[in-house]
Amino acid sequence: MPVSRPSHLALGLLCCGGALFAVSLADAARLRQQRADSGQAMQALVRQLQLTDLCLFTEARYTRHPSQTDLHSAFQDHPLALEHFPSGSLLLPPANLRGHHERLDRETEVPD
Amino acid sequence: MNVWIEKQKYLIDFTVASLARRKAKNLGLLLVYSLIVFLLASVMLFTHALRQAANELLAGAPEIVLQRMVAGRHDLIPPGYLERIARLRGVQEKQGRLWGYYYDPVVKANYTFMVADDRLLAPGTLVVGAGLARTRGVAPGNLISFRAYSGKLFTFSIADILPAKSELLSADLVLLSEADFRAFFDIPPGHYTDITLRVANPLEVRNIAGKLAQQFPDSRPILREEILRTYDSIFSWREGIVLALATLALLAFAILAWEKASGLSADERREIGILKAIGWETGDVLRMKFWEGALLSLSAFLLGYLAAYVHVFHFSASLLAPVLMGWAVLYPRFELSPVIDGLQVTTLFFFTVFPYAAATLVPIWRAAISDPDAVMRG
Repeated sequence: MPVSRPSHLALGLLCCGGALFAVSLADAARLRQQRADSGQAMQALVRQLQLTDLCLFTEARYTRHPSQTDLHSAFQDHPLALEHFPSGSLLLPPANLRGHHERLDRETEVPD
Repeated sequence: MNVWIEKQKYLIDFTVASLARRKAKNLGLLLVYSLIVFLLASVMLFTHALRQAANELLAGAPEIVLQRMVAGRHDLIPPGYLERIARLRGVQEKQGRLWGYYYDPVVKANYTFMVADDRLLAPGTLVVGAGLARTRGVAPGNLISFRAYSGKLFTFSIADILPAKSELLSADLVLLSEADFRAFFDIPPGHYTDITLRVANPLEVRNIAGKLAQQFPDSRPILREEILRTYDSIFSWREGIVLALATLALLAFAILAWEKASGLSADERREIGILKAIGWETGDVLRMKFWEGALLSLSAFLLGYLAAYVHVFHFSASLLAPVLMGWAVLYPRFELSPVIDGLQVTTLFFFTVFPYAAATLVPIWRAAISDPDAVMRG
């Protein structure tokens, strides 16, 4: 009868951890499949309602619809105003506010 | 090979016994270490899954949204714009959207009012998001009143509630008929909040946006690729709170590793001295300490990562929610589809496991090459 050694216990626990890691990957695949239906329903909703943003932060209009914000809404009170809302520290200024439309104007040639 | 394996097993036996001698200290270390990995992994898994969800969901967003700007602010689209856009070649579909924000003083929450063209909503009825229904405590058939910005009170009946599974998009939505929307916000006929365009050829989108910008100098075209890019950069590793959290966690980790690397406790020095004195070689001491670092850091990584996985995908990242909620009263309840990026997990592994293992080896090596007598005397 072999005596249970601490090394066997330690390596066994590590192997269990490794196996649980593998289980987490399998569980991720299972959950992805399970939640695919709601994903498709949401995609349909985006098309139906022509939505442009996720509903993550409802506290201010520029955090509710970051892709549709006014050009300077984060500094709406005055240019040095501190950000009002905590989500402002989570969100980047939207990509389209970083001079993109300006470049688009210069690229334009002749109107239709 | 068998001899080598047996030798490693004996070293691990000794390491585990040595760890057990300083149980409280090592358990505390394991706990703090696991917590750091848990925090980093939670943020990493959550933000990656959220970015992926945004990419998948918003792939169906309109190719172009045309806004009108007046004095630097978003303004209503006046009559005539839609007809002029119809003359642009390549535009497959165009539609004026009516939507806006409403602050509900009853629960101090902001809602998004929107006209749903494809739903035949009778005047006086609403379809609301599940988050709003939960916050206001309403159910289909209930009446709900909102005071318009004109001061007039409007009473609506709840026709339906949007599925709870779509809260990530619709928690705060209030869908109503066009007539109700115009009456509620006092928007004259022919005016719209913005215009959405579908373009037949994806290669033509930028070209059409250019033409729009030139034909309507007061307008701002927003492309779908910009919307997607916005969400791609939100919660990026380099930005905002994620950076703050990651920096704090890495700093905490650096302190932990530095504390380990900067010196050994008197107990550990004495232990190394005794081992050397009874005939252990420097290589054996290093191997033993390598196993100590490896067992501790691997256990912390596995514990932290697995806890983070369960937290994010089975408990909807409930510990991160207060951070994301900010001052918002209305917060969506959503379940993210797990997307695990192998590269991110590997990066996390390398940044947490290896520095610790390396940091523990340096002082051990310094102590192990010294004279046992000097080491034991301290």
